[in-house]
Amino acid sequence: MSDYNFAYLDEQTKRMIRRAILKGLAVPGYQVPFASREMPMPYGWGTGGVQVSAATLTPDDTFKVIDQGADDTTNAVSIRKFFENTAGVAVTEETEKATVIQTRHRIPEAELNEDQILVYQVPIPEPLRFLEPRETETRKMHSLEEYGLMHVKLYEDISQHGDIATAYAYPVMVSDRYVMDPSPIPKFDNPKLEMSAIQLFGAGREQRIYAVPPHTKVVSLDFEDYPFEASKADHPCDLCAAEDSYLDEVILDDAGNRMFVCSDTDYCRSRRAAGHVGRLGTELGTEDAA
Amino acid sequence: MSVQTTQFSGGFQNAPTDAAHAFRAAMTVMARPGETRELTGAQAPAPLSEAAATLLLTLCDPETGVHLAGGANTADVRQWLTFHTGAPLVSASKADFAIGTWAALCPLSTYRIGTAEYPDRSATLIVDGDTEANSEATLTGPGIKDAAHLSLPDIQTMQANAQLYPLGIDFFFTNGTQVAALPRSTQISVGG
Repeated sequence: MSDYNFAYLDEQTKRMIRRAILKGLAVPGYQVPFASREMPMPYGWGTGGVQVSAATLTPDDTFKVIDQGADDTTNAVSIRKFFENTAGVAVTEETEKATVIQTRHRIPEAELNEDQILVYQVPIPEPLRFLEPRETETRKMHSLEEYGLMHVKLYEDISQHGDIATAYAYPVMVSDRYVMDPSPIPKFDNPKLEMSAIQLFGAGREQRIYAVPPHTKVVSLDFEDYPFEASKADHPCDLCAAEDSYLDEVILDDAGNRMFVCSDTDYCRSRRAAGHVGRLGTELGTEDAA
Repeated sequence: MSVQTTQFSGGFQNAPTDAAHAFRAAMTVMARPGETRELTGAQAPAPLSEAAATLLLTLCDPETGVHLAGGANTADVRQWLTFHTGAPLVSASKADFAIGTWAALCPLSTYRIGTAEYPDRSATLIVDGDTEANSEATLTGPGIKDAAHLSLPDIQTMQANAQLYPLGIDFFFTNGTQVAALPRSTQISVGG
């Protein structure tokens, strides 16, 4: 552990990232450019989130990492181990016990409190990028608050599919000023963006940091006659019977059988520990060890 | 043995972890305008407070121009800041960070407020010490649940700064070992 500086990055890099985070908090939703570093993992594996976490962590923190809601996937496990090794922080899989949570593409089901920080890994931070590829133009559009193009895109969704087909990375208006990409979270999670915790977004390859302070107004873009809807698969969880959580669909065989399970593994585990049993579930602790 | 204060003393005992704790305090107050946190770890020569000194060591380095305003611009402070951070000393109009009392920092029109395309290219002011002339203000906006309260120097000037949003200046207020902050996004009204 002493082979590295605390939390891997050198102090000057952390200062640069910290200054960007402060600007991001002062102008919610605005993407602050920062000099993203090479990290010991490829771009696209959460280098932005890792750099923001490195600049944010203290030795007293308890760190949790989720990937699509799960604590036990490759990306989540390696990032958690990375900071266990380089920052010596305590780690946990329990949402309530974590002080800093790094996430890829989900917001935990359990409500976050004001002592927690949620760090998002962001692939493409610019919500207008797929509508306008030129950075010079998107920057001008943000400066002029010119977001008509985004509404045209949502309108075209409706004219082609009958409703707004955008299901993830659903654009939001932050504090009545900046349109922001909430990272590829399902739109089911959008209402949770107004929370008590501090939310920090890091895009490593694209070199942008942005932030949403606690209790900041975050509105999902929509139309009066086609209001925003936080949708999810219309099933209860097959393991814990939860009806209020976002679900993954798992194909079971080639005969068309499938199951729906909570994408948030900690939420599902804690519900099963509390005795909830779903359609295909068993009581926790009674599984066949084989 | 008396404690000899020189330009070499007063730095962090353990820079990586001291700076990490200090940044968390600074980030928390910037994310939650109106809240106050302890900020300790560094001692600068007079007249800078411990919180202001800690903030400088946490955020400043050779990449950030620092403006020492009025009474903060002493030979001791200049040497201390240069030794510990390497930050270039610049005029108010070029500063990334400016530090001093409220009276010394004014007028605000001198500082960079960012551009429409890069609102982040703006100055951060560290208003240090003396809060006697302050008056109570009510804050609303991002980071605040319903309303927060903070005593501010010159509410009218602060309101004018908030009017520039998304451009504008961000403030830290330091006094002793305490820090609070006021980002440009906060709406300010007179009275507690």
